[in-house]
Amino acid sequence: MIAWTIYITFAGAALLLFLPRVCARWIALLATVAGLGLDAITFVRTPIAELTQFTTIVRVPWVPALGMNYHLAIDGITLTMLLVTGVSAVSTVLFSWDVEHRQNEFFFWLLLVVAGCYGVFLSADLFLLFMFYELVIVPKYFLIAIFGSTNKEYGAMKLTLYSFFGGMLVFAGILAAYVTAGSLDLNQLARFQFPAELQAWAFPVLFLGFGVLAGIWPLHTWAPTGHVAAPTAGSMLLAGIVMKLGSYAGLRVAMNLFPQGFHMWSRWIAVLAVVGIVYAAAVALRQRDLKFVIGYSSVSHMGLVLLGLSAATALSVSGAVLQMFSHGVIAALLFAVAGRMIYRRTHTRELDVLAGMNLSQALPFAAFTFVVASAASMGIPGFSGFAAEITILIGAWKTYPVAVWITGVGMVLVAAFTLRALKQSFFGETRVSVQQGQEAVETDLNEQQSITLAEKIGACILMFTTLAIGLYPKILLDRIMPAVESMRFLK
Amino acid sequence: MKSAGSTMSYLELLKLVAPETIVVITALAVLAIGLATSRGRSSATIPFNAAQGARNKPVVARISFAVALLGLALATWAILMLPKHVALFGGMLVITPLTSLFKIICLVLAFFTVLISTSEKARRDAAEYLALVVFATVGLMLLVGSEELLMIFIGLELLGLSLYVMTAFDKTDVRSAEAGLKYFLFGSTSSAFTLFGISLIYGMSGTTSLTAISEKLATATVQPLLAVAIVMTLIGFGFKIAAAPFHLWAPDAYQAAPVPSAAFIASGSKVASFVVLGKIVLIGFAPVRGSAAWHAMIAGWSPLLAALAALSILVGNIVALGQRNVRRLLAYSAVAHTGYTLIGIIVGGRDGFSAALFYATIYAITLVGAFGIVAVVRQETGGDDIANFSGLFSRSPLLAGCMSIFLLSLAGIPPLAGFFGKFYLFSAAVHAGGNYGLLWLVAVALFGSFLSLYYYLIVLKAIFVDEQLLPDSRQADDVMPDLLARTAIALLAAAVLLLGLAPAILTTPILAAM
Repeated sequence: MIAWTIYITFAGAALLLFLPRVCARWIALLATVAGLGLDAITFVRTPIAELTQFTTIVRVPWVPALGMNYHLAIDGITLTMLLVTGVSAVSTVLFSWDVEHRQNEFFFWLLLVVAGCYGVFLSADLFLLFMFYELVIVPKYFLIAIFGSTNKEYGAMKLTLYSFFGGMLVFAGILAAYVTAGSLDLNQLARFQFPAELQAWAFPVLFLGFGVLAGIWPLHTWAPTGHVAAPTAGSMLLAGIVMKLGSYAGLRVAMNLFPQGFHMWSRWIAVLAVVGIVYAAAVALRQRDLKFVIGYSSVSHMGLVLLGLSAATALSVSGAVLQMFSHGVIAALLFAVAGRMIYRRTHTRELDVLAGMNLSQALPFAAFTFVVASAASMGIPGFSGFAAEITILIGAWKTYPVAVWITGVGMVLVAAFTLRALKQSFFGETRVSVQQGQEAVETDLNEQQSITLAEKIGACILMFTTLAIGLYPKILLDRIMPAVESMRFLK
Repeated sequence: MKSAGSTMSYLELLKLVAPETIVVITALAVLAIGLATSRGRSSATIPFNAAQGARNKPVVARISFAVALLGLALATWAILMLPKHVALFGGMLVITPLTSLFKIICLVLAFFTVLISTSEKARRDAAEYLALVVFATVGLMLLVGSEELLMIFIGLELLGLSLYVMTAFDKTDVRSAEAGLKYFLFGSTSSAFTLFGISLIYGMSGTTSLTAISEKLATATVQPLLAVAIVMTLIGFGFKIAAAPFHLWAPDAYQAAPVPSAAFIASGSKVASFVVLGKIVLIGFAPVRGSAAWHAMIAGWSPLLAALAALSILVGNIVALGQRNVRRLLAYSAVAHTGYTLIGIIVGGRDGFSAALFYATIYAITLVGAFGIVAVVRQETGGDDIANFSGLFSRSPLLAGCMSIFLLSLAGIPPLAGFFGKFYLFSAAVHAGGNYGLLWLVAVALFGSFLSLYYYLIVLKAIFVDEQLLPDSRQADDVMPDLLARTAIALLAAAVLLLGLAPAILTTPILAAM
């Protein structure tokens, strides 16, 4: 049943090509809500015991001559990723409710990205997984190049070429695995004993290839420019789900297939992860554009995911998966506030300009949302960010204590830049009266100025999710941990 | 296998060459229609009266289109009626499932080339032009259906001569004539090389049949004379498939020839050349294969082709990055794709050859479609620079969608045919050569594909993102509605998508025919 998430989303995209534009947003909403609904039903109805192994749900021969199957499977990790995909997708559509320019096309590309992401998470065939993985690249380009803002063509091209470069590395790694083992079935490959010399070169090629999409330092530079150039929906999807494709595939394919190669290189991945965490946080501290701040914070948070993966204990890897979920929700929320609630109404994202606007008075709901999102992003207890990061750090302590110390410093920096952005954007020092603040907003404002219902619903979904998982992370960890423990790379 | 001697009756022979015969008759019929209707104006010495000529042209053009299409369809049917395995006259004429399959593919490509040529401005002598296309198709069929060097050479020449004229056919454009001359000079030089190579091989082996040559060469070592023969033959084919460094004619021919001619050069001619090249090196030169693996290079034809492939991929992709004309861009990307396809031939065997043929076929389908769109855009805006494509999406969403399917398939983006084609080719290459010996070639190819996405995206950016720059200069006196051409383009785009989603449709027959 869960396979229908893919079909429904693709069907929605196909429908958009033929139907008149009046119902485009409703079709997109319907498709994404149906996807989220299926995720939720599966989440509730599948017993935890069935989520320990990567269990096949669909398997149809596709190209028998080359051993390709249309093969989907699910376990706890996949289910977690499906949930964050569903949540992000629905809120993304809600935050794009007033897109008027080439509406059908906009939602077409958007649904293609979502469908591709569902496909990657569910694929149990290496070729199928790679196909969905590459499928996501081009819609992102159009989403950004047509509907984006600042320097959009440059940002879109950079992002696409980086993704495709990563894709080519992945291609080489996948071919090596396929040709050596003679199979494309992920479950079979995960049991195959690859020769050590193959793992020594294939693992880094594969992991770096996936890492490009996960924003691994120093191949992260597409992320900030891409996020800034993208329309709100684009940044939400990019940070919310697309970056997770990289880390998920790194875990599912690179680490699970080549455990020896992983152990040879895990130390270096940890180094890159820690550098990424600290470096991106430090850079974010100096940014003037609110979206750049959030873009770099994404890189920093994804660094934590990579650290969790590289530490290779059951706890740290589970924490990494939880962090993928948590960051997907929080980043979507942050970008929604910055791109939709603030930028659409003030037409600026410059922190210095925003500081003079006293937006907390003009847009109280936006201020509230941003405070919640910032708190979650900083890792305040009670939000999902805290639950995930503490799990990663505890898990990684045994393997890389030094890395955990440095990460601690990095998290202080994260708190610093988040507070700075929060203060400047909503609680500016320049004392202006409420009226002046209102005017500053109104003068630029041709659209509706109060926060719309769609935006409120979207924000509430995301806030509820981060709070719920923050208060009761066990509900996800119970499903993630057994699935992680059944993987063979654990130390 | 039926082996026929001189006792064979002509009637039986005629049955076996029925497809070729039908195509030749079609060409002659089309030519006759053209001649019969153009008598009046050729006798007049006064300047051609366009208004008067335009009136009876549509009818003539339509009839000749219909006859050509009908003939090609009939020939396809005739191929399906042929027996499975026949070899005549020491391999001069061979019928196997493989040759039948590729004759059909060539006919289908010619069929679509004719269809997209309906969108070109009514040109004078439409019938003559069509007759040339059909004659070239006969050349393709002879090439594909032969395993004997002399016959292959005759096929090459028949194909080449038709293509030279087709390239220079646009009499209103001096660049078309230039491109035709350039193509002719390069082509005839390369034919000389091929002929020289063939004569040396004949001198050494005393036979021109590929299987017999293979038996003779089995005991031979790679002596200097044989090396010269191999190099000469391969140089000739290098020109034909536009492999770097023998690609210099391609950009001019692709850019300045009438669009359908360019489409035909890029599609039918290329597929047939790859089939023949594959047969020559894999059957005829099988004993002197050598090895292109990086840790064990052995002299033979495979390191030579590997060098050509790597050079083609790099030169094609890097030069394409700077192009501003879509047809030139497609020409340089064609050089790169020649490189990818050559990888399959180097790998050889069942896997490699079928991967190469699959890739060549989908590439041909894609290019016919892409050139079809170029033809429509050229018709509407009067040019084919990237700037002419700007805003195509707002003019025609259908064409824009089809063009994105074609270009993204060339770049190797799923779920399109090009993606599967590359996976098939590269997996065969990694598999071959022992201990990942050909991985270096795959790495070069992957790097090339990475570069290629940039220039394809530049075109797509113009189509989808940019506003229309040039005024719409569509002429009102369109002689034929280009509905046919648009249908053909949409069908080709659907085929590219379908072959990406269900590649087994084409891989199964190719593999079965090996």
